[in-house]
Amino acid sequence: MSGFDWVVPIILTVITAATPLVFAGIGELVTEKSGVLNLGVEGMMLVGAVSGFITALVTGNYFLAVGAAALAGAIMAFLFGVLTLSLMANQVATGLALTLFGVGLSALMGQEFVGEPIAALSKLNITGLSDLPFIGPIIFGQDVLVYLSFVMVALVSWLLYKTKAGLILRAVGDSHDAAHSIGYPVIAIRYLAVMFGGAMSGIGGAYLSLAYTPMWAENMTAGRGWIALALIVFATWKPGLVLVGAYMFGGITILQLHAQAAGLNVPSQVLSMLPYLATILVLVLISKDESRIRKHAPACIGKIFHPAA
Amino acid sequence: MKLRGPPMLLKIEKRAEYSKTMVYLTPIIALVLTVLSSIVLFESLGVNPIEALYQFFIAPLDTKYEFSELFVKATPLILCAIGLSVGFRANVWNIGAEGQLTMGAIVGSSLFIYFPETDSIFLLPAMIVMGALGGAAWAAIPAFFKTRFNANEILTSLMLVYVALLILSLLIHGPWRDPAGFNFPESETFSDSASMPILISGTRMHFGTLMALLAVFGAWIMMARTLIGFQVKVIGEAPRAGGYAGFSRKKIIWFTLLFAGALSGIAGLSEVSGPIGQVVPSISPGYGFTAIIVAFLGRLHPVGIFFAGLLMALTYLGGETAQINLGLPVAVTGVFQGMVLFFLLACDVLVHYRFRLNIARKVTSQ
Repeated sequence: MSGFDWVVPIILTVITAATPLVFAGIGELVTEKSGVLNLGVEGMMLVGAVSGFITALVTGNYFLAVGAAALAGAIMAFLFGVLTLSLMANQVATGLALTLFGVGLSALMGQEFVGEPIAALSKLNITGLSDLPFIGPIIFGQDVLVYLSFVMVALVSWLLYKTKAGLILRAVGDSHDAAHSIGYPVIAIRYLAVMFGGAMSGIGGAYLSLAYTPMWAENMTAGRGWIALALIVFATWKPGLVLVGAYMFGGITILQLHAQAAGLNVPSQVLSMLPYLATILVLVLISKDESRIRKHAPACIGKIFHPAA
Repeated sequence: MKLRGPPMLLKIEKRAEYSKTMVYLTPIIALVLTVLSSIVLFESLGVNPIEALYQFFIAPLDTKYEFSELFVKATPLILCAIGLSVGFRANVWNIGAEGQLTMGAIVGSSLFIYFPETDSIFLLPAMIVMGALGGAAWAAIPAFFKTRFNANEILTSLMLVYVALLILSLLIHGPWRDPAGFNFPESETFSDSASMPILISGTRMHFGTLMALLAVFGAWIMMARTLIGFQVKVIGEAPRAGGYAGFSRKKIIWFTLLFAGALSGIAGLSEVSGPIGQVVPSISPGYGFTAIIVAFLGRLHPVGIFFAGLLMALTYLGGETAQINLGLPVAVTGVFQGMVLFFLLACDVLVHYRFRLNIARKVTSQ
């Protein structure tokens, strides 16, 4: 048994590093499936992280904290919706604006709370099961958000491909004019999809400030929102692959911790570059096959919908 | 879920042609809305809004020195924004100016770091050229990946920001650290021959400001009078027409990214050779990102960018003044800048669309 003792902590840290990406990725996937590209994931995650953290600090209630984070993310996404869906602003520029605004707003909200410690989100502890060797801590010893992240992936997958609502959502994303002409409320559906994406990004951000490193620091997402966006391209817009990709990136992220612990003589900065370099590499490898991207990407992504009549 | 509401009273209608008046008016409307919203913001922070607005926009311009600081802060913003705007016009979304700025600063300063004794008058010009090359080289990476592998330039250019900042950190905590610097992560202070000449004595206004002005005029002429500027506009507004005319989209991607990279690189070098005077772990307070706002607020036009750059520079100065005099958190600046862009994009609907009151039901033909 002792030979594998080091494996369990590594898997546990991979899970915590991957979970924020799973949330943000699966939320943005739904947004993009409806034909909307929201580049504000990073901003929504930050506002979610700070809202969740403040709520947890003030109330001590983590359930409320996660709810506040989801709400904050959804409100940010709603702003994005007002601009891009109702006022028909350019989605790329508005997404950038949302991120820039989110960076500033979260810094302002959190400035009195920098460095304040809170207890990390508690982990499941089922007497007997959680104490099982190896699989105990991994399968029965996670915090509730980790389980929720898996549930969300399954739920989104089921919703998109097995329900009528999912079919409508994909129709709106692939041809908004056709969906409109048969009477579906394109704009309303897109609002819902965008706000779902915001809520998930908010929870993803809150996972960082409540569980991954239970504290608030400015810009603590450190580009994870952008990595989540890259994940969707990597996953060719498939929910299951978003999960796979998130765990792959989680693995790369924690590589640095373990490489240093293992006494590897590489400067920490070089190891910190790995997730970013890996993102670029993955994008290059996946995008190379242009026809594959075109086949899987929602056809109306980024396009403005303005009903003619 | 509400499917079909009652007929909307307010209807958004596409204009046959975009409104020229609105192009110029929307930045002003956006600023007014930002100021109104910030009154609410200041009120909620428990600060007298009039006093806060005074500290933000008037107080920083009190003296000649402070006025000159406006140009010091606007210089990197304008340089980066001019570069970005040309790309944005061609729908090339380079958002990694912050990384290109950092790389320009690193590559440009390497000349001084490795030849600190040089007192040649050619040192600074060489550093500027190296800065431009460093920034352009960093921007060449997303250009190559975009043109060769179709990789999204938004994501690659942004990822490279983090990589550039980590390279800077690596150098400044390692080989570039000043041995006589008490272990602080800072390089040796730049010699006179490696520093930007000061334009007005008693201020920090430096040669970089002249380069920014040159960039404004250069870009203006380029966009209005040259073939490449025309190609950029056609590829951006009507890519298929550009294709029929034989304009190469790949060439435009390369050109716009290298152009933005070079200008951002010069901006970075101007910071380390100018107001900072040495290589430090944090060269820019996000100039490369704020430059995105500057580019849009300036309507992607060089002259507009010049004024937008001054205005955004004022928010940096105002943020500092308000922090010192009113104890307002510095983060207010970021919120303020974000709001400007938000309102601007919201108001842009007025350029291409108009609002109509639907009083009587009109017969519409399809």
